[in-house]
Amino acid sequence: MTGERLLLSGDDAVALGALHAGVRLGTGYPGTPSTEILETFDRLGGRAQWSPNEKVALEVACGSAFAGARTIVTMKHVGLNVAADALFTATHTDVDGGLVIVSADDPGMASSQNEQDNRHYGRAAAAPVLEPIDSQQAYDFTWLGLELSERWKIPVILRLTTRICHAKTVVRPRRPHQDAGALSFRRDIPARVMIPAFAKPAHRRLRQKLAEITTWNEAEGPIEEHQGSRELGIVATGVAAVHAREAAPEASQLTLGLTYPLPLERIRAFAATVDRLVVIEEGDPVLVDSLRAAGITAEGKPEQYRFGELNVARVRRILANDTSPETEPPAGKPPELCPGCSHRAVFETLRDLDCIVSGDIGCYTLGVLPPFSAMDTCVCMGASVGVGLGLRHVLPEDEARRVVSVIGDSTFVHSGLTGIAEMVYNPPATGHVVLILDNATTAMTGQQEHPGTGRLLDHSPTNRISFESVCTSMGVDNVHVLDLHHDAAGLRPLLEDLLARDETSVVITRQPCVLAAPKIRLYEKAAAEQAETQD
Amino acid sequence: MQQVKNIVIAGLGGQGVIKASDILADAAFRAGFDVKKSELHGMSQRGGSVSSDVRYGEAVLSPMVPPGEADVLLVLEATQVEVNRPTLRPGGLLIGPEVIEPGALRNRKSLNVALLGALSTALEIDQGHWIAAIHANLATKLHAINEQAFALGREGATRQLGQ
Repeated sequence: MTGERLLLSGDDAVALGALHAGVRLGTGYPGTPSTEILETFDRLGGRAQWSPNEKVALEVACGSAFAGARTIVTMKHVGLNVAADALFTATHTDVDGGLVIVSADDPGMASSQNEQDNRHYGRAAAAPVLEPIDSQQAYDFTWLGLELSERWKIPVILRLTTRICHAKTVVRPRRPHQDAGALSFRRDIPARVMIPAFAKPAHRRLRQKLAEITTWNEAEGPIEEHQGSRELGIVATGVAAVHAREAAPEASQLTLGLTYPLPLERIRAFAATVDRLVVIEEGDPVLVDSLRAAGITAEGKPEQYRFGELNVARVRRILANDTSPETEPPAGKPPELCPGCSHRAVFETLRDLDCIVSGDIGCYTLGVLPPFSAMDTCVCMGASVGVGLGLRHVLPEDEARRVVSVIGDSTFVHSGLTGIAEMVYNPPATGHVVLILDNATTAMTGQQEHPGTGRLLDHSPTNRISFESVCTSMGVDNVHVLDLHHDAAGLRPLLEDLLARDETSVVITRQPCVLAAPKIRLYEKAAAEQAETQD
Repeated sequence: MQQVKNIVIAGLGGQGVIKASDILADAAFRAGFDVKKSELHGMSQRGGSVSSDVRYGEAVLSPMVPPGEADVLLVLEATQVEVNRPTLRPGGLLIGPEVIEPGALRNRKSLNVALLGALSTALEIDQGHWIAAIHANLATKLHAINEQAFALGREGATRQLGQ
């Protein structure tokens, strides 16, 4: 402790924790509620970079950790699905530098397409999972995760939720870690090359690591025990733990920090001290099922509380085993596309042409709402292209011809490129039309850069990927660029023409996001001045 | 233990709801309290309903104000009053945008800080902490206009809320 006292969001606390713990590289892909971690890490002087998607971000992070550098990689919950291929085998490798994978879950879906519970990944991928209850623990567990990761040479998941990421609470930081020694590559082929001959012993090593971490968690893990009444005992994790302390201040409570692998004997001992044991956890019954599987008698929550966030009132209801219907809060005003947003003209055109629109993830998903009602599918990042192709393949010709895929610029780089490869490789008989809505930023998450903007996370210039060149070289029949600012009216005749052909087409519509445009002008001006002084 | 004070600030995306709750939380933090604040954002900048919870006291547990337990509901947009009313406790204080007379603000964007001025008359946080929090959370060029807005809100509250 340094005596300093700060009021920080969980995201900012992770960034500060990473900086103080000596993290040398932070990677990730923007996604609410995780985005601010890398932005803050960069602002504080850390080295942070956006990757095209979460899988690449985790792979870069693995390389950095293999080289011995402390590393964090950040993403929202669904991002870990994209990175899962890397995750499931990375846990079998030995990392030299601590590697913390931040997964920011969104129970209640404030800004997400599902409310998956990423605690499942701990067990599924055999990665230790830390769950902070507030910003102080977000800070502390970033350090702890790095330390555990180095001690057992295993990637560690730091699982946050919206109310951890975006809640501000008081943090007392520690003295920064001073070790910044030189790195050099240490060859360890059996620990890093996962061919069956090496992966088989690696899997046994992994289980041994988890057994040792369990022993550590039982003896000295981050567990808080509040001794209260004998009548009621609560086992809780994450933000649900502070809701529970407030809902039942008289109860005994065991708050777990490292929730995979679990300290089951510690929980069993706690259970023996109370008459009734209730597990308070947000989302899926992950913890309560584990306790029951271990033969610990525990109550979970009624099924209705699996949905949405918990809060103090809902925890009170769970403890009272109240399954009466909950009153829905009055509906607020839904979000909508900004006035002047370039997506408006596109969705008006798609609506007027009665297109079947295969949509994607971004601000433009709001095209599904009135007055446009111009989106028919939305599943995951990049799905617009593949889903559109699937529709084209099987629908009767008159309907197939109306199918259009719509994808944003950042989403296109994230996972649209492989969809274009599919379109060129397996073209539907009626061809297909893909619209790339290029508003020059990752707008939805708060205007982050991506490989198509030509700017880095800190907005300084770098190489830019040209969507039109990529699509042309991949073999798309027709590639058009349309400046919406000057020729929005040109979209309709262009689409009518392309939809009538049996060819593959990509139309890139360009107009900067209205919220980002003033900043983009500043970045461009700064880059021009920089270039001038270098001449 | 001193009771926790619960304040909910609500409005529409772009009105500065979150900025207002940042300033309030910072003022309470500077006054030495334990503070937690939370909200949902992400979609909010797309003009939808936004609300933010601020809690302070000797020790705060949950970062969310339980429904029906807000001591004060501060609303920046009249249409958002009914949507957020269930958060207010019986006898709780409602502060709406009408506290500020139309045209009294030099810049309508400082309505959020003006309403914090009104709120400040109902809370035990020294004015110095409020001003420091305003300075810490806004760009230097906005300090003067927001200090004026804050003072205007204090006057409005003293007049209309009778405090």
